[in-house]
Amino acid sequence: MMSGAYHGVNPGMGWPLAVSAGLMERSSRALWAALASLVLGHLLSMLAAILPFALLATLLDWQRQIQIAASLLLMGFGGFLLIRPRHPRALARIPPSQLMLWSFAVAVAHGAGLMLVPIYLGLCRSSDMDSGHRAVGVLINSSFDVALLVCLVHTLVLFVAAGISAWLVYRYLGLKFISRSWFNLDAIWAMSLVAIGALSLI
Amino acid sequence: MNIRPDPTFHASPKLAMEAPAENFAYTLLISPDFSKPDALAVVDVKRGSPTYAQVVHTVTMPNRGDEFHHFGWNACSSSLSPLTGHAFLERRYLIIPGIRSSRIYVIDTKPDPTKARIHKIIEPEEMFKKTGYSRPHTIHCGPEGIYVSTLGGGGKQGIDGPPGVFIMDCQTFDILGRWEIDRGLQDKHYDFWWNLPRDYMVSSEWAVPPQFENGIVPEELLANKYGHRIHFWDLRQRCNVQTIDLGANHQMALEVRPAHDPSREYGFLGVVVDTTNLEGSIWTWWREGGKFHIEKSATIPAEPAEKDDLPPLLQGFGAVPPLVTDIDLSMDDRFLYVSCWGTGEMRQYDVSEPKMPKLTGSVHIGGIARRTPHPNGKAYAGGPQMVEISRDGKRVYWTNSLYSTWDNQFYPDGVPAAEVMAIATLGGGLELAQDYWVSFPDGYRAHQIRLEGGDCSTDSFCYPSA
Repeated sequence: MMSGAYHGVNPGMGWPLAVSAGLMERSSRALWAALASLVLGHLLSMLAAILPFALLATLLDWQRQIQIAASLLLMGFGGFLLIRPRHPRALARIPPSQLMLWSFAVAVAHGAGLMLVPIYLGLCRSSDMDSGHRAVGVLINSSFDVALLVCLVHTLVLFVAAGISAWLVYRYLGLKFISRSWFNLDAIWAMSLVAIGALSLI
Repeated sequence: MNIRPDPTFHASPKLAMEAPAENFAYTLLISPDFSKPDALAVVDVKRGSPTYAQVVHTVTMPNRGDEFHHFGWNACSSSLSPLTGHAFLERRYLIIPGIRSSRIYVIDTKPDPTKARIHKIIEPEEMFKKTGYSRPHTIHCGPEGIYVSTLGGGGKQGIDGPPGVFIMDCQTFDILGRWEIDRGLQDKHYDFWWNLPRDYMVSSEWAVPPQFENGIVPEELLANKYGHRIHFWDLRQRCNVQTIDLGANHQMALEVRPAHDPSREYGFLGVVVDTTNLEGSIWTWWREGGKFHIEKSATIPAEPAEKDDLPPLLQGFGAVPPLVTDIDLSMDDRFLYVSCWGTGEMRQYDVSEPKMPKLTGSVHIGGIARRTPHPNGKAYAGGPQMVEISRDGKRVYWTNSLYSTWDNQFYPDGVPAAEVMAIATLGGGLELAQDYWVSFPDGYRAHQIRLEGGDCSTDSFCYPSA
């Protein structure tokens, strides 16, 4: 829920594009349509990251190896983002008319879905985590359906948070708010990937 | 990388107009006989400053014969689109290409413009090797980094293959490679600009290097062999989607000025000379029903002149062509400024109705035959040339040199560097500021001006002003 809210209000995750769409078309419908594309793209990227692991997780014999691999992958990716804080040029080649693809690609590039993998695999021991994560850990241990549910809840919260941000700027706050609300969190994001990867190894 | 977006990045043109005024004007200085290195002059334009309208700092290059022409920033307001992933770049580096040497300088303007210095030099060989292009010209910061248009292809003459656009990395300044995948009919180049949310680019044509490097070639001009087409591109697909021929007599289609507000799908183009009657012209292009259209929307006639007042090149015509060498559109898309470098006039048109420009202001200064002095009494050689408008639309700056070899043909007595400023009156009208006259070092000519914090031909916006 928290990560969904964070993703939603962060301008870097795309809600300014929905504001732009709304203003360009002079219709709030265009704003919501753009937002829907962004959110769907984000959801798909999470599913794309989790599903392979969900299938792998059925191989119970190999569970520990898969867990370690997933954690190392996450830490490696976080480390890579720290060392090379650049965005792949391919992202800039996606036309503004394809917001869903852009949102999908940007989430993949940032490893948003990867972050959920260790949690999903039930690697987070409740003793290492705060109560919020403990709840998530318990949930995810139960079943694959619940993993989907987590994705959907995350996405729903993202949609609401991004929608509120976009709508407020579009209707009341004005465009000045876009640059005012934007903070560079790339390094913090990369470190949180490493941290979660490390925690799940313990 | 910053923690917050650069305060000089603005989401919309309207926000850019409301931002604090510029304190410095960066001006390119050219050594016309290549006897000394070109330079970047930093002019203080802060009202009330003791050094107002004076050069307060100069960055002199280590090489000679670069011939600086146009330049631009490493990053601009286009960074505020999440699509680009570059929200935390700084407007910090000026990218200055040498049109004659194909060398590119990256100048660091932080921590203060008066301490600007060379950050990096990209030697011509890197461009030749990675792109096959030469003679870099226009700089724009966009989705994939820094876009640079070129006027030459490969080989010594620059005619082995067509010229085009290449991309530089916006942080390391490495040249990445060619931009276009399918260029269609495009075989010459000059200016380019775009509409980012609508995802199209527009480019124009001046000439191939043999047609400009040693001066204008009159036979080629009278045979209508200079550029006379405009090209429209799909920006992210990187292909030419439409080419329109203006008619062969409309020689040299130069500056492309799209409306700043991205919700407006039109723009302007300046044409230097019509070979049938020596007129200069302004064209309006627009997109409708998925197709681009263009029509001539304003003309500026030639002025008759005595043979003795004309350089040898024009004596056979008995007239001075206006020579529309630069145009610039104010940030609110309302006023289009047109440089008539031949007749010595800066025109201001109200373009609220894009296809029907209305002449609302005019200032005479310099000119081949008129030779109008500045109101302060000083002689002004050449004519109004590269023009730049402050973001708030109140101040219009311009210089007087076009290009070394062409200056010599049209103004054989020389074109010593001059930079003036005119005040635009609210609602239309233009008047030269008495107290703005920049003295540059002897032996230089002045070309393009860039204003601190962005101006009316640097930044691209991703959000409408609504």
